[in-house]
Amino acid sequence: MKQIYLDHASTTPVRPEVVEAMLPYFTEQFGNPSSIYPLGQEASDAVADARETLAGLIGAAPREVYFTSGGTESDNWAIKGFARANAGKGKHLITSAIEHHAVLHACEALEKEGFEVTYLPVDEHGLVRPADFEAAIRPDTTLASIMFANNEIGTIEPVAELAAIAREHGVAFHTDAVQAFGHEPIDVKEMGIDMLSASSHKIYGPKGTGLLYIRKGVKVENFIDGGQQERGRRGSTENVPGIVGFARAAELAAADMAGEHDRQLALRDHAIRRILDEIPSAKLNGSWESRLANNVNFSFEFIEGEGMLLQLAARGICVSSGSACTSGSLDPSHVLLAIGLPHEIAHGSLRMTIGRDTTLEDVDFAVDSLKTTLANLRMMSPLYEDFQQGKVESVIERFKADGFPYAN
Amino acid sequence: MAMNYSDKVMEHFTNPQNVGEIENASGCGTVGNAVCGDIMRVYLDIDDNGVIQDAKFKTFGCGAAIATSSMATVLVKGKTVQEALEVTNKAVMDALDGLPPVKVHCSLLAEEAIHAALWDYAEKHGIVIEGLEKPVTDIGEHDHHHGVELVEDEDDL
Repeated sequence: MKQIYLDHASTTPVRPEVVEAMLPYFTEQFGNPSSIYPLGQEASDAVADARETLAGLIGAAPREVYFTSGGTESDNWAIKGFARANAGKGKHLITSAIEHHAVLHACEALEKEGFEVTYLPVDEHGLVRPADFEAAIRPDTTLASIMFANNEIGTIEPVAELAAIAREHGVAFHTDAVQAFGHEPIDVKEMGIDMLSASSHKIYGPKGTGLLYIRKGVKVENFIDGGQQERGRRGSTENVPGIVGFARAAELAAADMAGEHDRQLALRDHAIRRILDEIPSAKLNGSWESRLANNVNFSFEFIEGEGMLLQLAARGICVSSGSACTSGSLDPSHVLLAIGLPHEIAHGSLRMTIGRDTTLEDVDFAVDSLKTTLANLRMMSPLYEDFQQGKVESVIERFKADGFPYAN
Repeated sequence: MAMNYSDKVMEHFTNPQNVGEIENASGCGTVGNAVCGDIMRVYLDIDDNGVIQDAKFKTFGCGAAIATSSMATVLVKGKTVQEALEVTNKAVMDALDGLPPVKVHCSLLAEEAIHAALWDYAEKHGIVIEGLEKPVTDIGEHDHHHGVELVEDEDDL
């Protein structure tokens, strides 16, 4: 059976060019970058080149880019490292309710240490309101962390605007750009970003590698005590093949970013339009206008997400859901709840994220399969039976009545 | 979280038995709620001798919820009301070759859905089924699904 992978926000396959760039660093060029002989120096040069490439792609200086094990580590370092290093100035942080758990749980850990955190609400499209952000800033606020783009619903936040407000008030601004880096143009200087997290495996690079940009002059605690790697701030022998692969993947992503963005966006809009036209009781989650080019996220009423995922998987389609049953917890996605979805329709959500290899045929096959799957599950659903008999009202009808534009 | 469902669970999820409604059912019970993500409705057709002639279900829920509903209806068909009480959550789980720990509550819900339908039957016919207690969960007023999950977590440790 043909596999149709539509979960590129989870992870991506490593591009052959990236593997090729990495391979020598496992075998012939296996040296430790800290060693003085040529084998070590070659590895050290490869890491330096990668740092320069990645820094150039976000408008940073190479010495402002630190390699990490991935997006989660970068978020932890930025938030905990900054908060602790600047605790003397204040112990209040601002973030949003829809951040990745890497940010939310890092903030919760700091709360246990006596920090206070404001979790900003978002509007029905998942956007942080700049006025709310400004109003949350206090004299003791030291750091704000607002994601560049949301991993579940794809909403792109007004990062430049928020960063400008932060700077005006002397608050440092971190952004988790794991879903945006390599997909959306980013210039940290132009956008006023003080710290930025990015990951390799979301852009067709290897897993286990990420970066944290820390603007020169921003005070952050060291993250791993050890050797002199990463200028002594994050000890541990560099993951040379991973770093080389990350840089190569980023370079390739940058080379055709605009073209690939527009191609994926056309597929995304095709999928969204078809679902809105052809599937009743469906609601687009997130903003249509300010949205990642590869993200489709819907809630379907009267069904539960895990059943939908299993039936789609049986047809070779790999997608994900914000349902509690697929997360291993009892609560559905915190992102879907934050944009105002009641539990019952948050359970029935579906995320499809398009990638470089996705074709129009793939998207059409996925939507066709989705229609069949939903018809099967609704036929089995007591809620759908009650709805058809007029015993319960549709939650999505309420959204439409309240003026939410993208629902059927 | 990746689910490790047995082949039997996948079989009953992919090809569920007894999906549907029974018009003028002898008993019908609905348990669970949409907020938690599981609702099961069971219809029973019971003859004058107290034998379950037919059972149908509708379920809103995950793969395990659908599979346990399917299996529970298969198990009670042809049984007397008294025998149907022996179709416990454990019996349903065993018949499905087990469930992942976080899904055990689905089998409890299936047992309760059968009990709720039997309770409805007993009430409608003015009879008492020995050993049957009024089901505790119903749409909008249940929270023990969470309690069950906690107990299950403890068992895991």
